[in-house]
Amino acid sequence: MKPYELTISQALEALETRDLSAMELTKSCLERIEQTEEAVGAFVTLDPEGAIAAAEEADRLRAQNNTVGKLCGIPLSLKDLLCTKGVKTTCGSNILADFVPPYDATVVEKIKLENGIVVGKAAMDEFAMGSTSETCATGSPRNPWNTRYIAGGSSGGSAASVAAGQVLGSLGSDTGGSIRQPASLCGIVGMKPTYGRVSRYGLVAFASSLDQIGPLTRDVRDSALLMNVISGYDVRDSTSVDTPTEDYTQNLTGDVKGLRVGVPLEYFSGGLDPEVEAVVRNSIGLLESQGAEVVEVSLPHIDYCVAAYYLIAPAEASSNLARYDGVTYGYRKEADSLLEMYRKSRSEGFGAEVKRRILIGTYALSSGYYDAYYKKASQVRTLILNDFNEAWKSCDVLVSPVTPTPAWKIGKISDDPLSMYLSDILTLSTNLAGIPGISVPGGFSGDGLPIGVQIQGPHFEEGRLLKTAFSIEQALALKPSLPLIGKEAQ
Amino acid sequence: MEFETVIGLEVHAQLKTDSKIFCGCSTEFGAPPNTHTCPVCLGLPGSLPVLNKRVVEFALKMGVATGSEINRVNQFARKNYFYPDLPKGYQTSQFDKPIIEHGSVAIDVEGEKKTIGITRMHMEEDAGKLIHDEREPLSYVDLNRTGTPLLEIVSEPDLRSPQEASAYLKKIHAILRYLDICDGNMQEGSFRCDANISLRPVGEKTLGTRTELKNMNSFRNVQAALEYEVRRQRDLLLEGEDVVQETLLWNPDTGKTESMRGKEDAHDYRYFPCPDLVPVEISDEWLEQVRAGLPELPDQRRDRFINEFGLPEYDATILTDSRELADYFEAAQVECNQPKKVSNWMMTELLRELKGGSIEECRVKPEQLGGLLAMVEGGTISGKIAKTVFETMLETGQSPELIVKEKNLLQVSDESELLEIVQSIIADNPGQAEEFKNGKTKLLGYFVGQLMQRTKGKANPKLANKLFNQELNK
Repeated sequence: MKPYELTISQALEALETRDLSAMELTKSCLERIEQTEEAVGAFVTLDPEGAIAAAEEADRLRAQNNTVGKLCGIPLSLKDLLCTKGVKTTCGSNILADFVPPYDATVVEKIKLENGIVVGKAAMDEFAMGSTSETCATGSPRNPWNTRYIAGGSSGGSAASVAAGQVLGSLGSDTGGSIRQPASLCGIVGMKPTYGRVSRYGLVAFASSLDQIGPLTRDVRDSALLMNVISGYDVRDSTSVDTPTEDYTQNLTGDVKGLRVGVPLEYFSGGLDPEVEAVVRNSIGLLESQGAEVVEVSLPHIDYCVAAYYLIAPAEASSNLARYDGVTYGYRKEADSLLEMYRKSRSEGFGAEVKRRILIGTYALSSGYYDAYYKKASQVRTLILNDFNEAWKSCDVLVSPVTPTPAWKIGKISDDPLSMYLSDILTLSTNLAGIPGISVPGGFSGDGLPIGVQIQGPHFEEGRLLKTAFSIEQALALKPSLPLIGKEAQ
Repeated sequence: MEFETVIGLEVHAQLKTDSKIFCGCSTEFGAPPNTHTCPVCLGLPGSLPVLNKRVVEFALKMGVATGSEINRVNQFARKNYFYPDLPKGYQTSQFDKPIIEHGSVAIDVEGEKKTIGITRMHMEEDAGKLIHDEREPLSYVDLNRTGTPLLEIVSEPDLRSPQEASAYLKKIHAILRYLDICDGNMQEGSFRCDANISLRPVGEKTLGTRTELKNMNSFRNVQAALEYEVRRQRDLLLEGEDVVQETLLWNPDTGKTESMRGKEDAHDYRYFPCPDLVPVEISDEWLEQVRAGLPELPDQRRDRFINEFGLPEYDATILTDSRELADYFEAAQVECNQPKKVSNWMMTELLRELKGGSIEECRVKPEQLGGLLAMVEGGTISGKIAKTVFETMLETGQSPELIVKEKNLLQVSDESELLEIVQSIIADNPGQAEEFKNGKTKLLGYFVGQLMQRTKGKANPKLANKLFNQELNK
């Protein structure tokens, strides 16, 4: 087994026993990147020098027998919308192509404080707007299981880098499924925590009331390990919640006896792919066979999720992205007048999908339309939350598909925004309600593409999701195996 | 046709907190460009605002001081528009849930008292500043001011004349200064005022077309601009023309309002609740704390000056107009215990010398003025000498005691010393002494004058009168 194939927990053990050094592990990852990156395209920016220096430091700390951080020597990638001091943070956009933040995001500070190693910045849909990673201005990541297929999005680079064995884990962000969906399509674990559980300070905003940072990892234990590091209140984020954090690994017992597993009827209707349904039903069956109690529940307002989401998220985005005006930083096209400078900088700096959402959002907030669109959508949001609260009366978690289908071929729906929006239908409600959700590998399609299972739970019940996901993982015994990529595959 | 003027004012008061409203940067005025900035006030990607509680506290003070309703749950909203001094592309302000609504202040215009309604007050962040290159078509952006907390105070259209508007503005200014939450400096822009003004025929209920006036950076400018605009609109209406709804800039050099040429037209700010900030909740405890800590306000202080010091209302009103003036008065009065005399001196000598400047810059400290008046009262110096001493105080900032001592101006009240001089004057003026004895008592003034000349004005006048009467009648 090569070092890059290890999970975070395995690597930590090997590092602790000195069977492996951080330098060996980091170099192994960097070599893996060199071999696979052309095929996968997971990174916007690589920082091998920084990674090597951090690995040296990690080994030095261990050698000195100092108390080392919880991620000491672990190579990770970061979605390229997490601000990294001195390292470009492009958000997958031309408008920020040369933007170098003067500060670290809170989660990046935490990773560094725990001696984690940041190998590079992962590709993503421009400003996290997309479900396929095809709107990335800096090149699109591809699915490591079949590089003609999408990696999913918007945290496609994060998911691909972890699935391809380039890094051991990654942090992404999830506004409407952007962690869970690519995790599902790439066959890894992706957690979207409760809104407010992880500080958003330093996360370049897409839709502030929906955005949440979370881990993408090869197994459930690693997800818990990263959650232990990134969770918690932050005075710099007024929307982060001041509730105690926990050791999430304590939930990994495999014991789901008496757990009430809700199966939401509406998630299994319509255009659900039979292979996806079979994988999810199999996981539900496994939980039941381990003593969980399965109940059918209804979330009647799920049909309105797409409509509500595609008003609220673009509305907030239209305001959040107003700062990219070419004045203080970012792309500027010189012009004869201020208005022309704005017009040209923004027209040339943003891609089509971002412009589409800015237009939708601007319209939705316009005077005369605000009540009918933004305000109405906010009310629908309350109804969706009520649906979940009603469901929690009869179940502890909800188990469902993550996406209606496995990954599709690159280019299939990139000209069809509505189809792309509809593919988010199963993940959006989690963000609208602010609850946590996790995607855990459930199996493969006949074409060998991964299919994930989604678990949702009440606010701040990440531990319960990890427990359920761990139980599925154990029962399936799908040992995290890496796909063959590029030349390996031929 | 007779017209009625309708004016509403919008005041932007910079709240004098040490740090900005949403970050820890200093609010100090006059630092080198862009040195008081951080990722938050620069609007860098990923940065988030955190509300400065002092700003809320200051707003609450103003709300309580104006008898307003406090919205116990209020919310920030984003006001979206593009301008280079606004790095986020939106101003974080309050919209449909402001912190304060429905207050009022009392004004007094030439003895006529009136209550002016306050529609609302809300917290928001200030924008930066553009500095335009005079030679090239270039503008520079200074973001030091970005994020300085503002309290926007919107009046009801209750004001019926430029005089009332001015009185209202001064009252708002005074309250802010009394609360010590705004330094009130109009030149530096920490207290700014825009006005909405329209005319309508007397008796008409509906409002006429209004114009918005901007760029009035002194009390005098506000009144002058409004007076100009009243005349301009009246002339238009009398000629049967329409007033165009527009934003006008006051030009203090020409004394006219000038059109901004519709630049402000058709703004849709697309307000929506700011998702980065949670609603502001104000607890009973917090509000009670603010209420309990409220200082004496201008109206209360005026009444106290009338009751405690027996000052006429006119004096009390002028002295309490500004907190500094009232503080000065009290500090001076405590030294000499002569309120009316202090008031007279302040309203004549002192205010004349200040020529509209700040009393805090005056060389004469209140204790010194009080000390001077105490010396007059105690007979140490005469009232006439006091004026000379005061002039020296203004020039040098020295204490009256020192000046009197150095210039040897102590009143001569030693009877034997004065008697000698009195006798010598009578001896030198035998003719006048004879006339006096023959009943021309008016000549007493002449003799006292002589004495004052010889003593350089230092002789105690009462004693002088007594001695001359005594000696001339011998």
